[in-house]
Amino acid sequence: MSLTEQQYAPGEHPDLPAPLGEAGLIAWFKKRLFSSIGNTILTIITLYFLYDVLSTVIFWTLTGATFVGETKADCTLGGACWLVIGDRFHQFMYGLYPKTEYWRPNLTFVLMILAIIPVLFDKIPHRGKFLLFSTLFPFIAFFLLSGGLGMETVDSSDWGGLLLTLVLGVTGIVASFPIGIVLALGRRSNMPIVRTLCVCFIEFVRGVPLITILFMASNMLPLFLPEGVNFDKLLRALIGVALFSSAYMAEVIRGGLQAIPKGQFEGADAMGLSYWQSMRLIILPQALRIVIPGIVNTFIGLYKDTTLVSIIGLFDLIGIGQVAVADVKWRGLAPETYVFIALLFFISCFSMSRYSLWLENKLHTGHKR
Amino acid sequence: MSAETAQNARRSGGASLFTDQRFRSLFYQALVVGLLGAFIVFIVFNTAQNIEKRGIQTGFDFLSAPAGYDIAISPFIEYTAQHSHGRVFLVGLFNTLLVSALGIIAATILGVFLGVLRLSPNWLVSRVVYCYVEMTRNVPLLLQILLWYAIFLGLPSVKQSMSFFNDTFFLNQRGLILPEPLPSDGFMWVPIALIIGLVASFIFAKWAHKTQDATGKIYPVFLINTAMILGLPILAFAAMGFPLDFAYAELKGFNFKGGMTIKPEFTALWFALSLYTAAFISETVRAGIQSVSHGQTEASEALGLRPSWTMRLVVLPQALRVIIPPMTSQYLNLTKNSSLAVAIGYPDIVQSFGGVTLNQTGQAIEVIFITMLVYLTISLVISSFMNWYNNRVRLVER
Repeated sequence: MSLTEQQYAPGEHPDLPAPLGEAGLIAWFKKRLFSSIGNTILTIITLYFLYDVLSTVIFWTLTGATFVGETKADCTLGGACWLVIGDRFHQFMYGLYPKTEYWRPNLTFVLMILAIIPVLFDKIPHRGKFLLFSTLFPFIAFFLLSGGLGMETVDSSDWGGLLLTLVLGVTGIVASFPIGIVLALGRRSNMPIVRTLCVCFIEFVRGVPLITILFMASNMLPLFLPEGVNFDKLLRALIGVALFSSAYMAEVIRGGLQAIPKGQFEGADAMGLSYWQSMRLIILPQALRIVIPGIVNTFIGLYKDTTLVSIIGLFDLIGIGQVAVADVKWRGLAPETYVFIALLFFISCFSMSRYSLWLENKLHTGHKR
Repeated sequence: MSAETAQNARRSGGASLFTDQRFRSLFYQALVVGLLGAFIVFIVFNTAQNIEKRGIQTGFDFLSAPAGYDIAISPFIEYTAQHSHGRVFLVGLFNTLLVSALGIIAATILGVFLGVLRLSPNWLVSRVVYCYVEMTRNVPLLLQILLWYAIFLGLPSVKQSMSFFNDTFFLNQRGLILPEPLPSDGFMWVPIALIIGLVASFIFAKWAHKTQDATGKIYPVFLINTAMILGLPILAFAAMGFPLDFAYAELKGFNFKGGMTIKPEFTALWFALSLYTAAFISETVRAGIQSVSHGQTEASEALGLRPSWTMRLVVLPQALRVIIPPMTSQYLNLTKNSSLAVAIGYPDIVQSFGGVTLNQTGQAIEVIFITMLVYLTISLVISSFMNWYNNRVRLVER
């Protein structure tokens, strides 16, 4: 043993740092990117692919794109022509809503955020009072948007763009949740007729595409109603969307109901609770908690599915986009328009799915290793 | 009898009836049936009145009436404007099945591939796949279909077609133009040879399995079967003296003559459906493989199985049980989503029969009823097939 090295009693030697290449950044690179020859090749191919795609995308969306100008003729750089978005931005947001009344959708949007926060997060002081506001919100929003009582009335056929997409999404979510609960309970009911009806409804709706249900709502509903009664287009679409997603919601909630041990049902019975009491106080709070991530995922699907109303002639984001694309002034700018709409959808859907993941982690703390 | 006792008697009688669970359940069900019946009567009554007032025809006679409009895409089924609405139904049904089947195949291959890549130890690869999946899943399918369609329509015009492989393939805004195969007399032996190859490989696989169970001897089943399935048709093809010609497309005037055209409507729908569903399938596959505990892999390595056998005999059979049910619903979703064809004018059943025919005849109830029935049947067939497959791969328990 060399003299320069300090002598230690057995077991007293301080821990040495890990050898270079076994810890830290270099090790990470070595392990995650260049662990073997195959892996190295894969990394290089991916890098090249990324460079290729990203340079094209960045050129098209940013460096080669035109942001300032008046007409399509100003777009000479070879990339995207974002002028169409700026030119029609108000339509993308509000559709044909009267310009002087834009404060109403804006206010509704702010109120919507205030109404959603207490639903999403449970650590808010006075959550109960805020939740009361959330329940009232749909009525306030309807009143604000459609007018009446001194405010100018705005026909629902003038609603459009992001506003209409949000109206469809939020109403669909609010309506499909209770219907879904009732259907799920009906499907697990002891009464054979109720059960059969619920099963038939759920399986029928899940077996056909949404577009046929929307066709049914827009073409057949007017035939079903007595003379003089006429639903407007938006309401018909809403009925279709809500019925469609309630069937999917019912299946998600049924999953939660099935996961509740039988002892909970028996316990509730033994306490002398009535059916609805035991559901409301014992079963549903547990069942819904389990399936919250599934419910959020159904909501994401519903939100994306609202785009189909453009096919039956409503001017949601895609409908407005198609109007913009058909405009002679902006002919041929379909990719720009659709990429912009895709970005709007991506932001909302991605944040919803992140929220669902966050919730899943929060709820599953007990099972984590 | 005093009023009080009468009231008591009534109350106790009513209460005893309503505390009886069987009576209660019967009562509620009768109530439901009654309400539903009233609702149906209400609807039927209104509908009959409305139909009479608007002069809409009823019945299924329109199915044999001439349709009177053209359908741009009708491979394999002859169709002209003189054909009936019933024929339109067939063409639409076939187009729906075609795009769904091709979409399911492409989405499965791509989805499994992406799912495996997502689990790659290579950080960069798994991140890239993650970004792709999130980007695709969080954008509405309708938007993706429209975007692909816009991209295909943005291709060069017919005059400036891109040409590949020495003017064999052309790509322009009207689609991809391929040489058309023209089989001559002996060509029918090729599919026959393929069928023989398939049957023979099936029998061989069974026999090899049995032999392995009995004696432990292992045959290279996969290699031999691939050779049989691919080799026999090629042999037949060569033996008959290559009985296949191609009609090459040529630009004449404003359009191409000869060859086959794959329309951008079909390609856009197929691309969008496959890419969208592949993103969902890749997540399913990833979850399935991750659900097999690592101990299983370690145990099979300890038994001395090769890595490929570990995957094939230990991990995959267990992962499949988790993968198949959600995969089934993805297939169903893809088939149902193919109805979005209506947005870009691909003549599937909803666009042609449920759209144009409905508007021409005005018989909304019959048309929508038939269209829905088709989707219900397809859903039922796919889910019963997948249930059968699921039962086959299910863990056999005592």
